[in-house]
Amino acid sequence: MSEMNQGDAVRIGLAEEMRRDPLVWALGEDLSTAHGGTSGSQYYQLIDEFGPKRIVNTPISENTIMGAAVGAAVAGTRPVADLRMADFAMCAVDELVNQAAKIRYMFGGQARVPLVVRQMIGARKGGAAQHSQSTEAWYVHTPGLVVIAPATPGDAKGLLKAAIRCDDPVVFMEHKELMAATGEVTDDPEAVMPIGKARIVNEGSDLTIVTWSKMALIAAEAAELLAADGINAEVIDLRSLWPWDKDAVYTSVAKTGRLLVAQEAVQVGGFGAEVAADVAENMSDALKTHVRRIGAPRIPVPYAEPMEAEYRITAEHIVAKAKEVAGA
Amino acid sequence: MAEETITNKPARVFELYKTMSLIRAFEEAAEVAYDAGFVNGSIHQYIGEEAIGTGVCSNLRDTDYILSNHRGHGHAIAKGANPEAMMKELFGRVGGTSGAKGGSMHIADFSVGMLGANGILADGTTMGVGAAQALVLRGVDAIVTVFVGDGTTNRRPFYEALNWSMIYELPVLFVCENNTYASSTVTRSVTAGAGPVARAEAFGMPAFDIDGNDVLAVDELAADLISRVRGGGGPHFLHARTYRIKGHISRDKMLYRPEGETEERWKGEPIGRCAAWLLDNGIGQDELDEATSSAEKQIADAVEAAHAAPFPDAKLAFADVQDIGAPQ
Repeated sequence: MSEMNQGDAVRIGLAEEMRRDPLVWALGEDLSTAHGGTSGSQYYQLIDEFGPKRIVNTPISENTIMGAAVGAAVAGTRPVADLRMADFAMCAVDELVNQAAKIRYMFGGQARVPLVVRQMIGARKGGAAQHSQSTEAWYVHTPGLVVIAPATPGDAKGLLKAAIRCDDPVVFMEHKELMAATGEVTDDPEAVMPIGKARIVNEGSDLTIVTWSKMALIAAEAAELLAADGINAEVIDLRSLWPWDKDAVYTSVAKTGRLLVAQEAVQVGGFGAEVAADVAENMSDALKTHVRRIGAPRIPVPYAEPMEAEYRITAEHIVAKAKEVAGA
Repeated sequence: MAEETITNKPARVFELYKTMSLIRAFEEAAEVAYDAGFVNGSIHQYIGEEAIGTGVCSNLRDTDYILSNHRGHGHAIAKGANPEAMMKELFGRVGGTSGAKGGSMHIADFSVGMLGANGILADGTTMGVGAAQALVLRGVDAIVTVFVGDGTTNRRPFYEALNWSMIYELPVLFVCENNTYASSTVTRSVTAGAGPVARAEAFGMPAFDIDGNDVLAVDELAADLISRVRGGGGPHFLHARTYRIKGHISRDKMLYRPEGETEERWKGEPIGRCAAWLLDNGIGQDELDEATSSAEKQIADAVEAAHAAPFPDAKLAFADVQDIGAPQ
């Protein structure tokens, strides 16, 4: 194990997969030597090792970054398409949703589309309305796609490797504010993390908090504050949003009887609504109180510090909501 | 269709005539079947445009890829897809090219390099350049041909893909079939500048204009351009002028068309012109009649087989969505 930040972890993971399989390649804007991807570290110097045919520095052409990845995937390679931010990825939703997600199905299983599309989510200080969005629910709503949103460097590396080896199109959503965060990461190039398995961040018996991406860290912080008040929260980081680990959530809710779903994205129509509705439908006998959600208000992400703070979900917000759920 | 080595010109042109006749018979039978209620979705017919797909694909190998569009029946047949399987696809029956999952607009046959018709204009261009990148990365000696219509030349991905193909010097032939109409709008009335050839040339791409209803001319020019692309000459652009004899879809009443226009343009349809050339070059009327009835018989048999084939098990709707997180 080594301590490293997420940007380094995913770069090492990608390089390991590219060494393992010559059909793996990456394409996107700013992947050249001087600038290693949006975070500066995800692709740093990979072009020196793998050359410009496998680390393809592209024009600002989102339709073609995504469309070319689809064409290259059905033509026998395993591309990793980098669209930088989820906000920019909207330019290529057509190629992702109409093509990548449907080709296997609408052509009767003749082809697989083994690609990974990376698009960073989440608010980063002052990113404002067009560089801050969390759009994971859009892709969970699309049949054919796998959706992953890791929270730690170790999970990001292990799940990126799993995504590259997966024969389905995978939407891989790193969080901008987590790229510099550090954690323990395996050095084993064969260590691949299973898609669809949640991580228990914090064990507890009083209520279950289900979350993902950066909110997992904030929920962990909230759990510490709650513990100080004598409330033991079990925090579950889903890591994968489609498929999501229903077993882990059901097992936890069976134990605690109380569920709070916390997300950074706009609460209305968010993925948290799916988790909440599913548990309400299927775990009603275990529930001691109704399910609650917490998420961003339905406003664009504002710029000025006080307004941005108003938008963000904090540990304090989670603590307050958790106390309501716990009946404390 | 495999690359022809026939040096006898009339014999080669007679083969093109047979392919065009097969496409024509398919499109006419499809309309009859549609009107009788056997085709569940719309059909976009290729009648009057047969010379382009036929002349281009006759110069391609099985290992070459084509990407088609919504008007794709002719491309598929010319590339070697089985018309009986295609008819079953239109009928939504077992044995359809795409397992009855796609219908007319999603016919694909990967076994002959036909990577799919497409319901979204211009997406074949971005996927096509990606497929070409995959061929280069895999070291495969093959090329990609992308068929687009005139309407597509007003879409963003088209321009991204032209630029992309040039900067990476990819083995791609773009074929623009200018059939005059973009759905129900005269394309010229909504298109600025000198047209598709000038637009391709703006990217530094060698671009050629041709009478798309002259199958001999299309065959000769396509042979030249495909040989250049295959030889490492980079992307080329072929603009073929034609006329859509039928409506956008078969039930289109064409109220937007000037009276008499279709009848006037019908005089220049490609099969009649090809027949006239063949009669002048040693092929007898009896041979032409025989070829036409043979094509019609093959398609009539295909229709009969489609009627006889069962509908697929409805539960197959849940197959081939994805491996991970598949519907349960």
